[in-house]
Amino acid sequence: MKPEVFEPKIIAFCCHYCAYSSADLAGSMRIQYPPNVRIIRTPCTGRLETEYFIKAFENGADGVFIAGCLEGGCHFVEGNICAKRRVNYTREMLEEIGIEKERLRMVNVSAAMGRPLADLIIEMVETVRKLGPNPVKLNGSSKKESRL
Amino acid sequence: MIVAERKKIQDLLEIVKSHKKLLVLGCGTCVTVCLAGGQREVSIIASALRMAAKLKGQQLEVEELTIERQCDNVFIEQAAEAIQRNDAVLSLACGAGVQAIAERYPSKPVYAGLDTSFIGILEERGIWTEKCAACGQCVLHLYGGICPVTRCAKHMLNGPCSGSREDRCEVDPNRQCAWQLIYKRLKEIGQLDRLKKIKPPKNWSRSQSGGYRTILREDHRV
Repeated sequence: MKPEVFEPKIIAFCCHYCAYSSADLAGSMRIQYPPNVRIIRTPCTGRLETEYFIKAFENGADGVFIAGCLEGGCHFVEGNICAKRRVNYTREMLEEIGIEKERLRMVNVSAAMGRPLADLIIEMVETVRKLGPNPVKLNGSSKKESRL
Repeated sequence: MIVAERKKIQDLLEIVKSHKKLLVLGCGTCVTVCLAGGQREVSIIASALRMAAKLKGQQLEVEELTIERQCDNVFIEQAAEAIQRNDAVLSLACGAGVQAIAERYPSKPVYAGLDTSFIGILEERGIWTEKCAACGQCVLHLYGGICPVTRCAKHMLNGPCSGSREDRCEVDPNRQCAWQLIYKRLKEIGQLDRLKKIKPPKNWSRSQSGGYRTILREDHRV
């Protein structure tokens, strides 16, 4: 019998104006990317707050992936720059908590980048697979656990 | 407003380690505006504490609540039930708020989740600057509305010192020399003559000497 491979659950916040469309494009182009990501469409990555990322980990996500527009290409001018700063802040906070910061990553893509987005998702899934399950899930149980 | 910063998660965990049920209590006034202890920060810190405790094998239940103002008994009342059902309170208010809660609930351990930093303003998005030292005897009228007690690194009442270089402070070149600002401002409003008068030493007895300060208003007593 083959040993069971860990399949991470990754929350992907995708900007409506770029990454969400490029994920759609990847689908239209029949490009495969792992089903480990749960895509959540957001009006702009600038709408995302530290709270969203922290809650995702608390509720059992093994990784959180944020895909925004290319720098300089944000529909709302600088939403993706704001998101980058919040992601960096949250990565520091994750380290304080004791969670590997690599589990949270932000990338920038345009709406035409179906293939690159699929590659970035594959890379993220592999990174998290190597890290293993979210350590919070492994340490005791709570009523808030495994809501994914 | 009062400006504060959150403590590190591991430090907070150490502070509350002897308790199993914790209330993280936010304050909806100054610390909400400076993004340190409002409803959103309560939510983030509570989640972070739950996760950090789990990773350390500590048993910790965390409840979240934010009230309008922790430095006011009327508002503290709203937290009464939540405080009663928890073993301890981690207050995300300024030092005044933490102490108000501790005084109101003498049998309940109350801890500070923030480091209260200063009285200041939001200079620009994400930058807060100290503007007032609460020295007890305001001298702003003498200096064109710019406080040398707070903003001059040497707190000089008769400045400038000889250390400023091209409007920069010698203590930190990233900072503007308060005395340069005072000069420019007084010139702008035609009050440069104020600088000709030597100011006597300030009465520091109205500041932090002799313990805490109180203000009594007989006209408002009941």
